[in-house]
Amino acid sequence: MAEWIDAKPKNKAAAWLEERLPIIGLVNNVVGVDTPTPRNLNYWWNFGSLAGLMLVVQLISGIVLAMHYTPNTLMAFDSVERIMRDVNYGWLIRYMHANGASFFFIAVYIHILRGLYYGSYKAPREVLWMLGLVIFLLMMATAFMGYVLPWGQMSFWGATVITNLFSAVPVVGDSIVTLLWGGFSVDNPTLNRFFSLHYLLPFVITGVVILHIWAKKVSDSGNPLGIDVKSSADQIPFHPFYTVKDAFGAAVFFAVFAAFIFYMPNALGHPDNYIPADPFVTPDSIVPEWYFLPFYAILRSITFDIGIPFTDVVIIPAKLLGVIAMFAAIIVLFFLPWLDTSKVRSGKFRPTFRIFFWFLVIDMVVLTIVGGKKPEGIWPVVGLIGTAYYFAHFLVVLPLLAKFEKTLPLPESIAQAVVKTDK
Amino acid sequence: MKLAKNIAIALTAVAGLAGAAMGAGAAKYPMQMEWSFEGPTGTFDRASAQRGWQVYKQVCSSCHSLKYFNFRNLADLGYEDEMIKAWAAEYTVVDGVDDAGDPKERPGLPQDVFPSPFPNPEAAAASNGGAVPPDLSLMTKARHDGANYVFSLMTGYEEAPADHPMPAGKSYNPYFKGGNISMAPPLAEGIIEYEDGTAATTEQMAKDVVNFLMYVAEPKLEARHHMGLNVMLYLIVLVFVLYFSMKKIWKPVKEGKNFYKK
Repeated sequence: MAEWIDAKPKNKAAAWLEERLPIIGLVNNVVGVDTPTPRNLNYWWNFGSLAGLMLVVQLISGIVLAMHYTPNTLMAFDSVERIMRDVNYGWLIRYMHANGASFFFIAVYIHILRGLYYGSYKAPREVLWMLGLVIFLLMMATAFMGYVLPWGQMSFWGATVITNLFSAVPVVGDSIVTLLWGGFSVDNPTLNRFFSLHYLLPFVITGVVILHIWAKKVSDSGNPLGIDVKSSADQIPFHPFYTVKDAFGAAVFFAVFAAFIFYMPNALGHPDNYIPADPFVTPDSIVPEWYFLPFYAILRSITFDIGIPFTDVVIIPAKLLGVIAMFAAIIVLFFLPWLDTSKVRSGKFRPTFRIFFWFLVIDMVVLTIVGGKKPEGIWPVVGLIGTAYYFAHFLVVLPLLAKFEKTLPLPESIAQAVVKTDK
Repeated sequence: MKLAKNIAIALTAVAGLAGAAMGAGAAKYPMQMEWSFEGPTGTFDRASAQRGWQVYKQVCSSCHSLKYFNFRNLADLGYEDEMIKAWAAEYTVVDGVDDAGDPKERPGLPQDVFPSPFPNPEAAAASNGGAVPPDLSLMTKARHDGANYVFSLMTGYEEAPADHPMPAGKSYNPYFKGGNISMAPPLAEGIIEYEDGTAATTEQMAKDVVNFLMYVAEPKLEARHHMGLNVMLYLIVLVFVLYFSMKKIWKPVKEGKNFYKK
């Protein structure tokens, strides 16, 4: 467990404040520059701070966009075009925000995969992991509602498809959908509430991010070796070592981000969203943003009802089953700390686990591809196999590996492992 | 640097997937042309865009609106204010109501949007066999490979294959999804006379109108490319500065120093 370091400010005014509200010590302890940090964090550990930076980019650009945007079905599309054409640097702010969503998800996906590989979800970091998943869920809701705001064709039809999913819920489904819509179809009330929630949720995310960082402080940063810090020799101060490493990583990440903003700002979007929403014309294919594709594939992979064999009695219709599968794909991650009971955290010392980790990554890529295809030909079958494998990884492979895998010997300490091998 | 490369590869893969995810319809893949606005340093070919404006004004505008385009934007294409004022004044626009409550008309001004050819979508459909001619302001961004698509559509009309049934009032164009397009071939050699004396072939007019429409769809493209160059140069220098700072700062860590030993 992390120790609470004495961080009383030396400055008189700061000390005066500290006696009355110990906020400087609190902040300094949780995110402070002096925080002792494992000395062996690799570049995969950059993506947490990168995700935080992207949240800030999205908040700032979003607040400015909201000053010029009009949440009304008759004016939303026009107001976005006005931002692109007549607002000073409006094009820059909007392209930052639109591509920023993608880059936020890139950072978060890599951050999650890093956690999966290095066993960052294991004791004592279960709550840290689950708070991260809550952030992920909130991000998905926020991104979905944000994509609806420009009121283009994909906005409208994406909103129609996704909100309709809730009608699969037994008994209260239709009421939920009516509540989401604020009426009987996706219309002005829907746009208004989505705008309100799209503005609200990022601040909820910010709150959960604070809890996430707090939980990280309490349980300490993990590290690529997955062993606990044993002595001060295993640690280095956060500043200047990880500040400069994070800054370097951020510069590289932002260079790629900038390349998208300035040279291919629409590459990650869909051209149909430059057509104003038309409730009477359905687009050729309704595709969500790339970061939702694996979950969209899981949703669509279930095309069969579950019922009593040899009768027509349907217990769970296919649509509901698909919705359950899609939500379960994320819910299952909440149980990961208890599904993978291997005492060894890091994939570095788990040779078989490592292979299956990469199978999971490949499976996610396959599901991403399937999610973008029309459900024809072999794609539904591939989607079903991919979905089955996804759940098998967490529900079968990980528990079995924990029992039978022969892990490699762990080093005695971080310092012993790193200081020697690095020379 | 390995990390940067990995990220770049991952992003390219993601972009590729997104692209693959969008492949839609049975329409013929657009012809691949070279455009001056493409690439990181791309700019608009103003002479061509000016000719394209002439094509739009004399041909397209009889059916297609351009509702995000103001006359004042023509200054970006290199036209003088006097000329823009004169063009705007050719049109009559409705601006508010008079004291009796009747719509008040006045000659167009540079700040006005280009007037739509039809008062409402119903009127547009009625005049065009039931199909509403789409607004062209965003056309080159609202289709896959938009610039090439518009060029291909303009020049791609042909005789329908023998086994392809043609509904009345439609034309065959393989680049249009389904092949049956409501728009009759809009361009034909010599239908307009270019002010700069360029020969008005169908290809030339199609190319010019794409250059014009690309400007209308993405008027800040040049500013974006220009700023992008500065931002990229800045970030690349920053990456190097931070990389070497990091190497220097981390030296004692790599040497195994314990920073907490009293």
